[in-house]
Amino acid sequence: MATKTLEYGVSRTPEMGPGGVLVASPTDPFDAPEPELGSETMLVNVGPQHPATHGVLRLVVELDGETVVKVVPRIGYLHSSFEKLGEYRSWNQIVPLTDRMDYLAPLIYNCAYVMAVEKLMGIEVTDRCRVTRVICMEMDRIFSHLLWLGTWSIDVGAFTPFLYAFQQREKVYKLHEALTGARITTSATRIGGMMADLPEGWTRGVRDFVNHLPATLDEIDGLLKHNAIHIGRAQGIGAISAEEAVNHGLTGANLRASGIPYDVRKDRPYYGYDNYDFEVPIGCHGDCYDRYLVRMEEMRQSIRILHQALDGLPGGPMDLDDPRVTLPSKTDCMSDMESMIHHFKLVTEGIPAPAEDCWFSVEGSKGELGMYVVGDGGPKPVRWRIRPPSFVNLSAIPALAEGHLMADLIVINASLDIVLGEIDR
Amino acid sequence: MTDGSPVDFGWVAEGVRPTAEAASPSAAEEGVPPGNPSVTALREHFLGDIFRNEVCAGDQDVVYVNPGRIVEILGWLHREPDQQYDHLADLTAVDYGGGKPLEVVYQLWSIPRRSALRVKCELPLSGLEIETVTGIWKGADWLEREVYDLFGVRFRGHPDLRRILMPENYAEGHPLRKDFPMRGRFSRAEQTRRALTQDPEDDYIPGEIAERVPQTAAAGPTATSGDVVGAAREAAAADGGGEVS
Repeated sequence: MATKTLEYGVSRTPEMGPGGVLVASPTDPFDAPEPELGSETMLVNVGPQHPATHGVLRLVVELDGETVVKVVPRIGYLHSSFEKLGEYRSWNQIVPLTDRMDYLAPLIYNCAYVMAVEKLMGIEVTDRCRVTRVICMEMDRIFSHLLWLGTWSIDVGAFTPFLYAFQQREKVYKLHEALTGARITTSATRIGGMMADLPEGWTRGVRDFVNHLPATLDEIDGLLKHNAIHIGRAQGIGAISAEEAVNHGLTGANLRASGIPYDVRKDRPYYGYDNYDFEVPIGCHGDCYDRYLVRMEEMRQSIRILHQALDGLPGGPMDLDDPRVTLPSKTDCMSDMESMIHHFKLVTEGIPAPAEDCWFSVEGSKGELGMYVVGDGGPKPVRWRIRPPSFVNLSAIPALAEGHLMADLIVINASLDIVLGEIDR
Repeated sequence: MTDGSPVDFGWVAEGVRPTAEAASPSAAEEGVPPGNPSVTALREHFLGDIFRNEVCAGDQDVVYVNPGRIVEILGWLHREPDQQYDHLADLTAVDYGGGKPLEVVYQLWSIPRRSALRVKCELPLSGLEIETVTGIWKGADWLEREVYDLFGVRFRGHPDLRRILMPENYAEGHPLRKDFPMRGRFSRAEQTRRALTQDPEDDYIPGEIAERVPQTAAAGPTATSGDVVGAAREAAAADGGGEVS
């Protein structure tokens, strides 16, 4: 019986050169002459409910064969009008709105918001509060990057790192719960301080988490870094040059992967970040693989910052000792006349802010997280604007994905690390 | 509070004052020397088109400029070697209510020079229109669409000025304007009726791509979104295809 051996024109496994460098990508063009298939393009709708869109994101994609000709992102499915709601609330009442935007790093949003309002009001918080907020923000940077790492690895075809990453995330959930009583909607900050002082043994829990994390990161890195499938799917995909990245407004790891060392913690230091010893990782190709490398290194740098912050956590009061800003203790309220008056005034009237505006941005987990607050002398904002990093990062996806394959579009979307809660707000 | 020291009750009558001196309103008046040399350079270069400047929140320089020359001014700030404001950190608008002019706010940051500048344009509520800056920063695309969607500011020359967060057939207006009630303009019953009678196909017909593809080729950069659709249809009809309509 005669047989015919079918040979693949393209090897499914990328050939590896010395040092794990990719020589040929599995998406190399097929050598055989292209058959005449006509020139009609096809429209494919991705989302809004699709696991690979990382939220309720809809992408309308025009395909020529498997090549993406055009991407039109459609957002707004999760729009909750937080900015409008904020105009009807006093400054402290807005805090619970903030963590619902980036539920992957709620403490960064909590901190960024109150830091902007404190800057507007000219309030300086206590040293203990500053270091506590640094710990909170760095912990949630890792928290958010771990989720990105898990979903990213699923999108490139690996399942195990997802489980490893979520095992570590669970520890941060527990730390959130110990600190605030909530796992995701933390609402941990207040104008002039924190919701409460750190619970007993909490810093030991953070220390335990950062001590065990590097082993997990190494393990996941070992699974992905030199993995042929991972390299084949990420290297050279979704590359953007440094000038283009800046022009598109990319920030965070997406910008640093293109080689621009713009990190708000270094360029506009707040909360003594210039005193912490850490490095800003940058990539040199600006592709998905570089974004992976940058985020992995960022987690390691955050661990360094956390160690230093935990070592330097000062004692003393957490909240500002100013009755115009901070609520008095319950005991004082019940036993002291002035405290009761302060409490009454603060709760019924709120804290007035000057009739000015203030822009304050921090290095969020997704990029530059800006808060723009405008006061009018009253206890409510005239305008409270969030500059959501994911919103601007996502707007670059047509430029990143066009010309790549449909499967690469999913990888590019995963590499941008978006969260739809803050995009739609 | 409980140590028996005398408590100053003055603030009860006066209202609370910010703790830092920097936030006093007198610092915001014109004539205060700006901390950012770009403000002086702007005044020298654009003279009367720089209306005034102030310092907000202690150290943040704000410049009010002529909306008619916004592209020239921001373009100059972007490319001039001494300025290099290459990062458009934010673009938004503020409505103060009470018929006051609406402000369009450009938050600039220079990555090489590590310097920030806030540029503001005041637009009268009767003429909410300003030139787009998408030609300078591509990242302004969605930010301008958001301001158009939520405030109703039209950006002349924007390549694709559509609503972005609200649905395209949203008929209640622009939600972040102060005259927009928090619960919306329509009654709950009307909102429910509209939601129920909405045809889901409206949002799922991928016609927007078909209409957008010839748009860049056929329509000039100054066409508004309504004209773009018409121009695209005409272009398709001229091609003999006629599939778009």
